[in-house]
Amino acid sequence: MAAVCVYPDMVEVAAPLLAGTGIKVASVATAFPSGRAALDVKLADVKSAVAAGADEVDMVIDRGAFLSGRYGAVYDEIVAVRAACSGAHLKVILETGELGTLDNVRRASWLAMLAGADFIKTSTGKVAPAATLPVTLVMLEAVRDWRVATGGTAGEATAGEGTAGEGTAGGQMVGVKPAGGIRTTKDAIRFIVTVHETAGDDWLSARYFRIGASSLLNDLLMQRDRMATGRYSGADYVTVD
Amino acid sequence: MRFEYAPAPESRSVVTLRDSYGLFIGGQFVSGSSVFKTISPATEEVLAEVTQAGPEDVDRAVAAARHAYERTWSVMGGRERGKYLFRIARLIQERSRELAVLETLDNGKPIRESRDVDIPLAAAHFFYHAGWADKLSYAGFGPSPRPLGVAGQVIPWNFPLLMLAWKIAPALACGNTVVLKPAETTPLTALLFAEICQQAELPPGVVNIVTGDGATGHALVAHPGIDKVAFTGSTEVGKEIARICAVSGQRVTLELGGKAANIVFDDAPLDQAVEGIINGIFFNQGHVCCAGSRLLVQESVADELLTALKRRMERLRLGDPLDKNTDVGAVNSQAQLERIEAFAATGAEEGAERWSARCPLPDRGFWFPPTVFTGVSQAHRIAQEEIFGPVLSVLTFRTPDEAIVKANNTPYGLSAGVWSEKGSLILSMASRLRAGVVWANTFNRFDPASPFGGYKESGFGREGGRHGLEAYLDIHGTSVLGGSDV
Repeated sequence: MAAVCVYPDMVEVAAPLLAGTGIKVASVATAFPSGRAALDVKLADVKSAVAAGADEVDMVIDRGAFLSGRYGAVYDEIVAVRAACSGAHLKVILETGELGTLDNVRRASWLAMLAGADFIKTSTGKVAPAATLPVTLVMLEAVRDWRVATGGTAGEATAGEGTAGEGTAGGQMVGVKPAGGIRTTKDAIRFIVTVHETAGDDWLSARYFRIGASSLLNDLLMQRDRMATGRYSGADYVTVD
Repeated sequence: MRFEYAPAPESRSVVTLRDSYGLFIGGQFVSGSSVFKTISPATEEVLAEVTQAGPEDVDRAVAAARHAYERTWSVMGGRERGKYLFRIARLIQERSRELAVLETLDNGKPIRESRDVDIPLAAAHFFYHAGWADKLSYAGFGPSPRPLGVAGQVIPWNFPLLMLAWKIAPALACGNTVVLKPAETTPLTALLFAEICQQAELPPGVVNIVTGDGATGHALVAHPGIDKVAFTGSTEVGKEIARICAVSGQRVTLELGGKAANIVFDDAPLDQAVEGIINGIFFNQGHVCCAGSRLLVQESVADELLTALKRRMERLRLGDPLDKNTDVGAVNSQAQLERIEAFAATGAEEGAERWSARCPLPDRGFWFPPTVFTGVSQAHRIAQEEIFGPVLSVLTFRTPDEAIVKANNTPYGLSAGVWSEKGSLILSMASRLRAGVVWANTFNRFDPASPFGGYKESGFGREGGRHGLEAYLDIHGTSVLGGSDV
């Protein structure tokens, strides 16, 4: 597990519990999940989360501005949040379920990276559809191309027997996080294969690729159990929380 | 994290191979005088012995087809013919896994393609033409178009069952009977299709299948009892057939080679275009007459596109065709491999720069890595001649006019592709390209409702769609109203 994601007021609860575990505290902010608040309210939200000990901030872009073509407003807001994060990692949620087209997903991904996102994330989880495979593919293509645009090589120097680790190909690597709707192990494998095929193995670490999932864990446990015993146990043999 | 794929082989157990196969004549398998072996190109393993049909065998097959034509098939109502075709289509679907595995074994193509493309499309062709069988009066060829008689059909090794379907389904729907010769290296799915004809209780002699090499094909095409010749294959053989038919007066349609231009404009969605280029030239190891073997890319995006293309090619998995993860299978024969190697050597000698994906090649069987040549000019042989392998020649252009001139500057004219986000540009290109099929923002997409065929040395006649029916109908005969046809 890479991080536990909580609302801003719960950061002060989560932070001491996770101290020393290596698990990060992430906090949603900027009037999550709607993003409908004045900019200074959003920034205050971010600052309070960071002050309470959040390592990572998940913001959500202003889809109203984006869909009406005010890309500059979207960009400026991400830049402002980036500044308010003061060192905390910034994940930018595109809420792809509301963007309508894959072209828009690509455009929003590029805006977020230009504005300084460490991660681009599909969804708040409150809107359906959330993390679909086509949307994730487009975002992976975007981070791959961003790396090349910022001075990296094509990224596939690692294909075959190469041993290049992260960063050796140069360029900026931005993480991708599909979140919401990935419920089974088989779903997760499809996403991991897509990462491998599209952005490359450099992205296959918690630093650059995460799956936002609440119910996936139980299916993983059930599949592990099946591999050990050769048969499926009932859903009631794993806890629901 | 290092990511490896485990092997995922499709089981061979669904296929029961006989040691030896006879000829399918008059509804029965009959033996002939000599045999030859068919091998799996991926392993060089001998799969079965197949009969070499001589002139006397072809005689018998044509006689059986003539008998069935006169006594049964041409006098049967269209609705009844349609029932048989629907039955065959359903049996192809029911036995699709068996057909797919057998096709992959005999041909070398990845199971992903035989399973997802060849076999479903073959079934679709029978379904489509089954629907026409009782509607020919409404196809626009006059109130009662008549069948031609006995069709002699010779098909290639690149899509064995699919090409069989392209040939047999329209012929039968229109009331003709057929003698079909599958390619020497890929006879097995045609012979399994013969079993399906038995299973469907198709009247004996309506479909006859004679296996053998070019001599058998020649005997069939030159046979005086044939009313109609249909051939798919090389332009060289096609010209020979055209000469034979010019003397005999037989009706003929030819679907021959190609050197398709796949044209990428600077506003194209490049990732999508890369997938289309890959599909265009590496689908079926490039053994595709309409393959996009010439990439014409607008100079302003050439570097970006080639970088992305090579990156994608490094991801192609070459190997065991029965593995469900395999993208590129085996070259169909030693002879074809040598031809591809010779062309690749020529490309390098003439000054083009060769780049091949770094994929390990299996020790046994016939293999060629996905390969791109850059710095190619129109004068190079690899830009002019059909290689029929996984070899892409890359040329650049600056304006739409230049792209048209280069794309049309070939003796062939089978297919072309255009990649752009601008609809008006696509339409203007499509109207100026001398190609039978133009794909826009896709490639190698087939549908039985869509006519397929070429210009110039790519042949003449169309297969599929309403247009394809014309090749199997006598549309100039006297119209007789009130006949027994239902």
